[in-house]
Amino acid sequence: MHEWALAEAVIKTAIEKAKEHKIKKINEIDLKIGEMQDIEMDIFKFALDELMKEYGMEVKVNITIQKTRLRCNVCNHEWNFDEFELTEEEKEFVHFLPESIFSYARCPKCGSQYFEIIEGRGVWIEAIRGNDD
Amino acid sequence: MIDARIGVIEERLKNVKRIIAVSSGKGGVGKSMVSAAIALTLAKKYKVGLLDLDFYGPSTHLIINANEKPVEKNGILPPIIDKIKFMSIIYFTEENPAPLKGKDIINAIIELLTITIWDELDFLIIDMPPGMGEEVMAIIKFMKNAEFIVVTTPSILSWETVKKLLIFLRENKCNVVGVIENMVMEKSIENEIKKISNYLGKIGFDENVENCIGEPSKLLESKFGKDVEKIAVKI
Repeated sequence: MHEWALAEAVIKTAIEKAKEHKIKKINEIDLKIGEMQDIEMDIFKFALDELMKEYGMEVKVNITIQKTRLRCNVCNHEWNFDEFELTEEEKEFVHFLPESIFSYARCPKCGSQYFEIIEGRGVWIEAIRGNDD
Repeated sequence: MIDARIGVIEERLKNVKRIIAVSSGKGGVGKSMVSAAIALTLAKKYKVGLLDLDFYGPSTHLIINANEKPVEKNGILPPIIDKIKFMSIIYFTEENPAPLKGKDIINAIIELLTITIWDELDFLIIDMPPGMGEEVMAIIKFMKNAEFIVVTTPSILSWETVKKLLIFLRENKCNVVGVIENMVMEKSIENEIKKISNYLGKIGFDENVENCIGEPSKLLESKFGKDVEKIAVKI
């Protein structure tokens, strides 16, 4: 499951950033996940729990899913990810590599492939809270 | 806000001994053929990965005939094709064009580096797109130990552009293994290349190389493959 790879990325990055900011014990992480990552939340949370056990951490992870907004560079139309009609296979590809959306989606208004992902991709750590002792 | 994926890239590549980005300032110099042939040659003795970062024109999958798909297991395990672990955007975009723009290219590279489990490798060969675009910057940013091999042809049109890439790489303190001169007929620019870079060797023009696409063993036995073999020992 590639949710494991992303969960590992969160833990490794949080540990690294905590070190940089002299946080010895991480208590809480605020995480924002783009809708386009299409993460299986049960697997992702399970992976986070298992990895935290491995690293001897006990952290509350607050997860927010960020809706995807796209904007056409030709006609300026804005739309959401759920307005696409992608096949199951295409959804799977976007799940692994969100940027593959550019191969499958078109602006629903003018049909252009020249559009921007304004938000809704990636895995972002918004805040790390902890203490230094 | 921190991109959580970036922290794991180093971890993913920690057991990769050498990363070699095969680049060129110019398109059409045979970079993908050279990348694939170097990977196939090195794979006879070493553990090798091949990553195709030419998002607009991925082609190494055709050269090595990569029909097998990646497997999902705690990330993405690249399929092994002729002893090479292989990864390409083609697995996610198939035959469709991938019109990615600046930050989309960077994001796609971050995602691929985050989810691909290379495990232990002696060499990770990267087939780069032509030019000095986002892909080169991403290599410099996320793969600090990466080395570059630059491919040119003897044509002045190719060499003039390749020189600019070499200057850029030097000014950005990148490690350049050397330059490969490809498609050499009578005229060679070996002496010109030696003035500014290490010369790894020449590959003669092989009119039959097209017939080796999709047949890795035939490629290695070709005149082209034999010339690449002589160069690969210097890497």
